[in-house]
Amino acid sequence: MNLSYRRNNATPLNETIRRRFMKAVSLQTTLQLTFLAIVLSAMGRADAKDAAAVSKQEVQAKIRYCQDCHGLSGQGFRGFFPIPRLAGQQPEYLKNQLQAFVERRRTNNIMFNVAHVLKPAMITAIATSFQQLNPKPLGGAPKKLVAAGKNIFENGVPDANVAACAACHGPEATGHGEIPRLAGQLDSYVVMELTTWTHERGQNPANPDTSTIMKPVAHSLTKPQIEAVAVYVSSLK
Amino acid sequence: MKLLRLKSAVLAIAFSAVSSLAGHAESHAIRNCTWCHGTSAQGYLPAPRLAGQKRQYLENQLVGFSQHTRDNPFSKQYMWFATASLSPKTAHDLAIYFSELSPKPAEDGNQQLAAMGRKIYQDGIPDSNIVACIACHGPNAEGVREIPRLGGLEFSYLQRRLEQWGEGYNKTAMHPMPHVASQLSAKQIAALASYLSFIK
Repeated sequence: MNLSYRRNNATPLNETIRRRFMKAVSLQTTLQLTFLAIVLSAMGRADAKDAAAVSKQEVQAKIRYCQDCHGLSGQGFRGFFPIPRLAGQQPEYLKNQLQAFVERRRTNNIMFNVAHVLKPAMITAIATSFQQLNPKPLGGAPKKLVAAGKNIFENGVPDANVAACAACHGPEATGHGEIPRLAGQLDSYVVMELTTWTHERGQNPANPDTSTIMKPVAHSLTKPQIEAVAVYVSSLK
Repeated sequence: MKLLRLKSAVLAIAFSAVSSLAGHAESHAIRNCTWCHGTSAQGYLPAPRLAGQKRQYLENQLVGFSQHTRDNPFSKQYMWFATASLSPKTAHDLAIYFSELSPKPAEDGNQQLAAMGRKIYQDGIPDSNIVACIACHGPNAEGVREIPRLGGLEFSYLQRRLEQWGEGYNKTAMHPMPHVASQLSAKQIAALASYLSFIK
């Protein structure tokens, strides 16, 4: 039926095939060229971005912006929400978290807005700059829980199958690589994180991240245990 | 007749001065505030609303006036004198009293600017390094502890306060506001003050 239709339109069959073939070839070429153009322009943009991102003033202004909420020395701040200490934090952890906010692996609307405008070079610059700071802990936690918290931090809770925090976070709670420093962290922040862990972190099941490690720990600790360990780490310098 | 009325008025004031502050809405100290801040402390410009403000914030401000660390023009003109002989105990009691009154929103901002103000309040302007107000002042601008409630305050009060941070007043404050607010443009300030004035 098709053939008769074509014949009626006075187009020989092989001519139709040739045209189709040519069309396909030109489409393929167009696609290839478009792809190349996109890649090239993206490369160009990335170059321009990186060059712009490392400007000293831009980095300084951005760090000042972080400090507006996280404290002038990155010591953290008690706003309506506890705003965590960044001082002395592991750069790899900070980078991973900033990316987690952008990718919505970690739910936090305020930090999503902050992080999604950051260029990769800026993220690196920010993450490394806070490691240099070493202010004294913000403090303000009830001292009577320190001993109980120290015990959990150093020995875990064997009955609840919770390993010692010190095993991963280090005996001084300074962290390592993607494992964060906890020393000097606001106790209210640590409590908030441990009690909301699975609602906030690891929100993309297709892309599980380091936060998975803490899931059973956060679940197995009771509220008083969480509070005690939070008070203890907040007291560490 | 006139003299009698005057006498009874003087008597009434004298009596109210004797009564203790706690539990007495008509105490001398409270009335000294409500002359300007309005009888139910809902504000009477340029005096801001005190009703429903955070207790710790009110107390800190009273101390700030008496120690002259809060130094914007109206503070100097009125509040320095008003707090000159205020005892810490009275400051504390006044703060409790006013924080427990229920606030009414002023709703006197520019409605056209409210949406822009809401966006800045909730998201900040990350590209311009302007932080989101919500992180410290709360989802409903209700404030917490020493961080003031902003929701429902008068437009022109909010606007002036936001301008004053950038003008160098109250610069001994140990919090982020001097830096945060000095980043804001006049239009952004008007938008924020408008949005906040409508919050219930």
